[in-house]
Amino acid sequence: MTLLVLLLIGFAAAPLAPLVVRVSRRGSGLVLGLVPLGLTVGLATLVPAALSDTPPGIHVPWVPELGIALTLRADGLSMLMALLITGLGTLIVVYAGDYLKEHPRLGGFQGWLLLFMASMLGLVLADNTLFFFVCWELTTLSSFFLVGFQSEEEEAREAALRALLVTFLGGQALLLGLLLMGWRGGTSTLSELHAAGPALREGPLALPLLLLVLGGAFTKSAQVPFHFWLPGAMAAPTPASAYLHAATMVKAGIYLLARLSPVLGGTPVWRGTLVAVGLVTMVGGALLSFGHTDMKRVLAYATVSVLGTLVLLLGLGTAEAAQAMVAYLAAHAFYKGALFLMAGAVDHETGTRELPRLGGLWKVLPFTGTAAGLAALSMAGVIPLFGFIGKELIYEASLHTPGGWGLALGVAVGFVLLVGTALRVGVRPFLGERRELEHAVHEAGPALWGPALLLAAGGLVLGLVPGWIEPLLAGAARSIAGPEAGHLKLALWHGLTPALGLSAASLALGAAAFALRDPLRHTLVALRLGHWGPERLYALSLSGLKRLADVQTRVLQSGSLHRYLSVTVLALVGLLALPIVFRLGLPERAPGDLRVHEAVVLVLMGVTALVAVRTKSVLTALMVLGVLGLGEAMVYVLLGAPDLALTQVVVQTLTVILFALVFSRFPVRPHGGRSHLRDALLSLAAGGLISWALLHTTTQPRHTRLAEAYTALSPTEAHGLNIVNVILVDFRALDTLGEVTVLATASLGVVLLFRTRRQRRRV
Amino acid sequence: MNPVVLRTVARMMTPVLLLLSLVLLVRGHNAPGGGFVGGLMTASALILYLIAYDVETVRRLVRVSPVALLALGLLVSLGSGLLPMAQGRPFLTGLWTQVPAPWGHRVKLGTPLLFDLGVYLVVVGATLGFILAIEEGEEVESEEDHERGEA
Repeated sequence: MTLLVLLLIGFAAAPLAPLVVRVSRRGSGLVLGLVPLGLTVGLATLVPAALSDTPPGIHVPWVPELGIALTLRADGLSMLMALLITGLGTLIVVYAGDYLKEHPRLGGFQGWLLLFMASMLGLVLADNTLFFFVCWELTTLSSFFLVGFQSEEEEAREAALRALLVTFLGGQALLLGLLLMGWRGGTSTLSELHAAGPALREGPLALPLLLLVLGGAFTKSAQVPFHFWLPGAMAAPTPASAYLHAATMVKAGIYLLARLSPVLGGTPVWRGTLVAVGLVTMVGGALLSFGHTDMKRVLAYATVSVLGTLVLLLGLGTAEAAQAMVAYLAAHAFYKGALFLMAGAVDHETGTRELPRLGGLWKVLPFTGTAAGLAALSMAGVIPLFGFIGKELIYEASLHTPGGWGLALGVAVGFVLLVGTALRVGVRPFLGERRELEHAVHEAGPALWGPALLLAAGGLVLGLVPGWIEPLLAGAARSIAGPEAGHLKLALWHGLTPALGLSAASLALGAAAFALRDPLRHTLVALRLGHWGPERLYALSLSGLKRLADVQTRVLQSGSLHRYLSVTVLALVGLLALPIVFRLGLPERAPGDLRVHEAVVLVLMGVTALVAVRTKSVLTALMVLGVLGLGEAMVYVLLGAPDLALTQVVVQTLTVILFALVFSRFPVRPHGGRSHLRDALLSLAAGGLISWALLHTTTQPRHTRLAEAYTALSPTEAHGLNIVNVILVDFRALDTLGEVTVLATASLGVVLLFRTRRQRRRV
Repeated sequence: MNPVVLRTVARMMTPVLLLLSLVLLVRGHNAPGGGFVGGLMTASALILYLIAYDVETVRRLVRVSPVALLALGLLVSLGSGLLPMAQGRPFLTGLWTQVPAPWGHRVKLGTPLLFDLGVYLVVVGATLGFILAIEEGEEVESEEDHERGEA
């Protein structure tokens, strides 16, 4: 129960954030920070239970017929992620309160941030695949608004759209994959899928299933070739970048892979794909980060590289690799969060994020500098920081797999570059000579450097006392790779091993890479890697899509009402004609007797229809059509449907008024002679078709079971005698709700259309 | 047509029509009527007023913007569906209760009536939204023509 309450608190806090900000702008960050802080504490109390053999969970049926339920479960892996999400969330919310304090839409930003946090929390706690997917898409959606927050800037809008399109397409693949998995595995509960593992790993659908799931995970976690959206998403305000792209959203894909490792992992395809894609992403990301000078971009590509490492480890699939994965994931969250927040603080104070323009900042920004230094050392994997422990585990895990040395050397290349990046971003700007800057630089308030310093210090503390986080990491590794992975021993000193040698070598070479940073960067820029990559493909397909939209708009939405109607009626006739005429055939028996007054009404209607067609005046045609509609109402009365008749009369009246209004306001151009014949044919076809169908339905013996059921149930179940109304508001109320929503949306559209038209005219 | 005649008729008819539309709404569950027709009837009454007078008068009469009516209507309908969920029943389950009324009658009240009220509000909001938007678009244009003519 606690889990559900915590999750609901998270979701409830999001819409309240703007109100809190409106009440107190200054302290709003601290007040809102209490929400994630409370969640962190609440989750922390559940840690012992999560690490036991029966993790806490909750099951609320949602759509039981489809196997959809709000099922939550917090095992070691979920708990590790949940604590990272809420813990970092606390710092980010506090930081954002200060970072964006001048921004008019701070409230909205905090709201999206909290919604994102809650969705992320739901994602890692979900045990039902469809609830998982709902949260997955919610993170996509909320991150879209966060990335595009500075929507007045074209770059931010484009970046947001790109992130949305890439992760959304991946999400669609994932949905298919999850559905397939539920179908083949016979359950949509993640924790129960383990038993279905063999069935899912083999069989004809195993490969498509795996590829669909990987599509979702790889796009979300920015693996090559889908990596290009992540650095672009740096257009988001720094707190969002730090949160989404360092600690949480990009890890959603990693989490999914980790969660599904026991189910889908272990096959040659899994291993081959993950190791290859992971290694390419790791080295490629690190290389790309060297080619940039914007702090946030450099950090973003470094994140891509780390995500590659995590995927690679999941591909290896051994118990050791799982341990290394969770340790490195935690280490990365600490140091990358700190570095992003630091970058934001530096940008905030100096007005630039360009690395070549920064130097000697330590004297003026001592707290920020300390945080940056500590975090960078952790990133470089220097003893005694937590990053060191993570890196050693990775080397050990790679060495202990078949073909270990080759893999370890590949990993080392990535690490060498990361060490260089760490020095470039976290150390260089604070050492050496001061560079000329536009304005005086001084340390900002504690809300800006505090969170970064806390995170960096966390990396140090956990490095010195790894025992604190050891049980949690062991529990997380156990969720991924089974009980064997639960025997985790974290220590700074683990003897003179080949891994330590590799570690020392990569530090030394990393320093060399740092020294050669400028030639290296020029080479990379000259190669123009980004220009020929998937980014180009994305740009091409997007412009193709726009052109397609242009063409179809010109064809279908020409602005001519005549054409709209023709297309609609033609589509109706075209789609319905074949089945109606051929499947039904001729009516079996003639309709019943026609009484005199019925005949009179029909003749009257025929005459009005003829007059409407023949008249030259628009107004006359309109009036006559109104009369025709009233005749229709008359038919309903004669057939004993007063409800329909009543509605028809009012609708007809309103239609005539609406049309009269529109015709008196806007020019009506009559159509030429040639289209008359076409219209006539189309009208006759449509009318004939409807008559045909009507003749059939009225002369066939009726399928009365439904009607009888409605009649019988109306008074007893729905307490109403008017069946028409009971159907609308009770039996099929969901349909009605949908219809009024459509009506409301349409009306809103018209109102907005006229408003913008008016505003444009006023300008 | 002489606007005086039209205005007199509108002033007399509109309250009657509004009352009638409410009757239609309330009795809809057992007899011809309901939220949809009731809403259209209310809209017609207001449009009669609009034709006799002008947009401003109608706006003053209604006080709430059509968009607010739309939102309120959707919320009422949605709320009537959520209400049974608080009792652990499925979304949109009808809940009924009997309320004592004068002269010894008992009146049945239920969430479907509330749902219908939401439909009614949406229909009024949508129809008014259409018509006021068209009318106002026109008024600004003629104002502009007027200004241009003077300049």
